[in-house]
Amino acid sequence: MEPFKNIQSIITPLDKVNVDTDQIIPKQFLKLVQKSGFGKFLFYNWRFDETENKRSDFVLNDSKYENSHILVSGDNFGCGSSREHAVWALQDYGFSVIIAPSFADIFFSNCFKNGILPITLDQEIVETLFIETDSVEIDLENQIIVTPSRTIPFTIDSHKKKILLEGLDDIAQTFQLENKIIEFEENSTVPSVLKSF
Amino acid sequence: MNIVEKILARGSGKSSVSPDDVVFANVDKVMVHDVSGPGVLKVFDKLKKQGIPVDKLWDPTKVWVAEDHFVPSAEKVSAENVVKLSNFTKNYGIEKHFKYGMGQYGICHTLSHEEAMVMPGDVYVGGDSHTNTTGALGAFACGLGHTDIAYVLLNGKIWFKVPETILFKLNGKLPEHVMAKDVILKIIGDIGTDGGNYRTMQFGGSGIEEMSVESRLTMCNMTTEAGAKNGIVEPDQKVIDYLSSRGATNFNLITGDPDAEYDEVIEYESSELEPTIAKPFSPENITVVREAPSVELDKSYIGSCTGAKYEDLEAAAKILKGRQVKIRTEILPAAISIYKRAMENGLLKIFLDAGVTVGPPTCGACCGAHMGVLAKDEICISTTNRNFPGRMGHVESQTYLSSPMVAAASAVTGKITDPRDLN
Repeated sequence: MEPFKNIQSIITPLDKVNVDTDQIIPKQFLKLVQKSGFGKFLFYNWRFDETENKRSDFVLNDSKYENSHILVSGDNFGCGSSREHAVWALQDYGFSVIIAPSFADIFFSNCFKNGILPITLDQEIVETLFIETDSVEIDLENQIIVTPSRTIPFTIDSHKKKILLEGLDDIAQTFQLENKIIEFEENSTVPSVLKSF
Repeated sequence: MNIVEKILARGSGKSSVSPDDVVFANVDKVMVHDVSGPGVLKVFDKLKKQGIPVDKLWDPTKVWVAEDHFVPSAEKVSAENVVKLSNFTKNYGIEKHFKYGMGQYGICHTLSHEEAMVMPGDVYVGGDSHTNTTGALGAFACGLGHTDIAYVLLNGKIWFKVPETILFKLNGKLPEHVMAKDVILKIIGDIGTDGGNYRTMQFGGSGIEEMSVESRLTMCNMTTEAGAKNGIVEPDQKVIDYLSSRGATNFNLITGDPDAEYDEVIEYESSELEPTIAKPFSPENITVVREAPSVELDKSYIGSCTGAKYEDLEAAAKILKGRQVKIRTEILPAAISIYKRAMENGLLKIFLDAGVTVGPPTCGACCGAHMGVLAKDEICISTTNRNFPGRMGHVESQTYLSSPMVAAASAVTGKITDPRDLN
């Protein structure tokens, strides 16, 4: 996992509530087994019509937002299926930050496993961000969003912040403690896990 | 402590835990299927490149595998995923792999109870959001993403934030024709699709005590649709009998303390509940069937981990016996064992006589994969769990979620029908 760096980007406003993972990445793409490339299927049914032409009325098809890394959406983002492909698709498309008033549990957790920062903000602030989509800076170290007109603080669990900043997934974190684990296991009657590798 | 707190305390070796504590819990069982399995392998590939050893699982005897989403394979990519899954179980020495076309197999959440794969008091995680289903056996059961599952497969543990619990008390036995599905739809309609976010939804009260284990499974299954971390029912003699008849022994029942605390207690009177549906495009968009819009249905679908257990088929058969379906109707029993009982007890004959097509166990059209997906503008009534746009096929198709009785009654009339109103 790559360490999370400060991001300067315009905001893509997706003004919908309950955006579910079936919409983020529809079922027909779940069976694909390549490691990357899910970005082209992101929000597939919203981005493309039946003949696979781009729908002009969908925000991601507005060229203004082409290089955006920040998606802002409504309540309960990422609900539904646990498919981690949803996070892979958002990331592959280019999003590193998702802002919403609330997130679904499994989706929220999956973000941190893949280096995406989900930010929970009050409904009123999110609503202003739907309109104020100019370039903003996301500063994770200082936990602030800097817009041209103001600075918005956000909260994040200190452990989750650390893993994003250091680019560590859970498994990498465990192996950081390898010596301690071996030391513990040497004093334990339970057979060693690490030594079996 | 309540039941979830006690299970997580046991799993993490602590004498007591409270909501919001973070615990590192030992996992008793873990499940992957033909979507999450290949997903986990991708994570393994990534770890391997980072130099992290992935050649051994923590305990292959605690891992089990189901083929359910894309079997029978409709095209070569799905077929290749099944091969990948078989190689995975072979290479890692996993013996519990329920294979399509080789005896018992079916939807993973159905096998969790049909095959007694999970026991009361277990910490059970699966690579699928509806893993919550199995909490009906008195286990802590929740879904995880692929990376988390990969971690569990290698380490046998995972951290949890101890969830707060909402206790839903159902008072009194459900009236005839009102099923567990109606109750859980009503609850989701009341609290919303994020009403259970990060929390446990526990079900209790005399109405739940009266309920069969399979009805409780329906309740817990759809806690996912309210965003809950997990759903749970305290285990009782019914759970012991249910699992014993499926070969389980050695029960270690965990129940909440008399002074257990709940974040919220919400009560329902069974006598006030009615057959209920969720209209497109959200499980919270509910109405009682008698006030449902008058739409011409194209299809009735009785399938999935939510609505194709034996009891669900039995309920549908009660309605369909001696009647004819007016619209395309498919019934896909959720596991081979259920299919077989339906055959032995004459349910299949009732279905076939009514004009229904009976298909093999699979997640099939519930996730819009295959086996009867919907065309543009088609309208379906379905015993499944989600009705998001495009969930069961074309993005401009529509799905109404219902109980098996309502789906069967609607199959007979071609309109959304309360089973109490059938002639």
